[in-house]
Amino acid sequence: MSDAIIESGNVAAAMAVQLARAEVIAAYPITPQTPVTEKLSELITSGEMDAEYVAVESEHSAMAVCIGAASAGVRPFTATSSNGLLYMSEQLHWAAGARLPIVMCVVNRGIGAPWSVWNDHQDAISQRDAGWIQIFAKDHQEIVDSTLKAFRLAELTHIPVMVNYDGYYLSHTYMPFETPEPEQVDAFLPTFEYKHALNPERPESLNTVTLPDARRDVKSIQRGGYMDLRHNLHEEMRLAIKVWQEIDQEFQKVCGRGGAPIIDPYRCDDADFVVVAMGSLANQFRDVVDRLRDDGLKVGVLALQIYRPFPNSIIAEALQSAKHVMVYEKGLSYGYQGALYGDIKSALYPYPSRPCLHNFIVGLGGRGIPTESLFQTVKTACVQDEQMSPAQADEPRWIGLQL
Amino acid sequence: MPDPRFKILTSASTSGPGDAGRTGSWRVERPVIDMDRCIPAKTGKHACHLCWLYCPDNVVSKDLEPTIDLEYCKGCGICAQECPAQAIEMIPDADFIKGADRE
Repeated sequence: MSDAIIESGNVAAAMAVQLARAEVIAAYPITPQTPVTEKLSELITSGEMDAEYVAVESEHSAMAVCIGAASAGVRPFTATSSNGLLYMSEQLHWAAGARLPIVMCVVNRGIGAPWSVWNDHQDAISQRDAGWIQIFAKDHQEIVDSTLKAFRLAELTHIPVMVNYDGYYLSHTYMPFETPEPEQVDAFLPTFEYKHALNPERPESLNTVTLPDARRDVKSIQRGGYMDLRHNLHEEMRLAIKVWQEIDQEFQKVCGRGGAPIIDPYRCDDADFVVVAMGSLANQFRDVVDRLRDDGLKVGVLALQIYRPFPNSIIAEALQSAKHVMVYEKGLSYGYQGALYGDIKSALYPYPSRPCLHNFIVGLGGRGIPTESLFQTVKTACVQDEQMSPAQADEPRWIGLQL
Repeated sequence: MPDPRFKILTSASTSGPGDAGRTGSWRVERPVIDMDRCIPAKTGKHACHLCWLYCPDNVVSKDLEPTIDLEYCKGCGICAQECPAQAIEMIPDADFIKGADRE
């Protein structure tokens, strides 16, 4: 284990990718992701990293190169943000359907229009249904650890993995973190292998037009139709929750860190009021929780570490003793409510205890999220016995508007 | 190395009859070969075979008297177009199944 390093979140990500021995880096620069790819290109140029850097002309091509690399049996990596993620959207669905073990860091940033380079989660949320696993890191150490574990997860499940971390809040701030020794990573992460890798000895066309119905191929092997393959992707994505927990345990043996791969609760054991959030916002809430506890309120914060596959039963069970649940999020499903809030509400429906739910939208396009305003909104929700109609209670409340 | 609990189903195809499903059901016209015009049939030599070469579904045999696997022939007519001896005519499939329909 290295001594503590003090560096930016983007450099933390690049160091993890170097340790993972990624073999092909294809990326197009976009704020605030740019320093990740700059650092990786420096490491390749200096010979500290043995990889091919493909300077592409767009994010669509970046993902296409990763698809090609993985199909050829080599470990790829890319990173992007915001509109860059949206530009590769078509290829994201392709990578998932083709079951390619690709890892990508998404440095979360608001989506244009209007242009914003600042942080929120709308980029990741908009790609929720692409068939990718979505991990959210809360600090620099989690960027390192989650990225390393993401390679293992992608390669075991053959489902691509997005590691999300907040633009600027994490990407450009400096924090201490540790990195494992290369030998430890090598023991944890075996050589890359893609089950359906291209092989000149056995020519075939991959992912050609696939009929609605199953068929017998030229060798009389039963081959699923489109719907069967998609069902398998869904089922195996659900199974990936368990695999992610197992990987976390393996990683703990190697590095001594981990233990909260799905949810990371803070002071939730006896909490009547539980805040749910993703990314650095969940860590910011720890200060809020401490202050509210000092005021005698039984409050906790539960960080959600993996958004897709959605760990619905784990979350619902963790919230069974809460009276109120406040979901704070930096993105929403326009015309309805916070995407995470909607998911949590639906996860709780089959369970006997359905706490009162509150939805808060914060920090879109980098709007400041003062800890004081979090403190006040949580406290108000805790102490006021609000008389609202069910329809009113289900509406998201926007924090920090300046209209 | 994938986890053995995962099937990881993907779609792939190799060149051969039937790899795109029962494409014979798509057919509107079927190719019928006139063996009096067909070059290998007429000469008794393995020559030409352009229908075998061009068929996108690999359903034409490379015999002196070529046969067509109607299970998979989708009736595209490429063989008829390419045949240098105009030995292949595309005939409406309906002409062959009319009798069956009436029964």
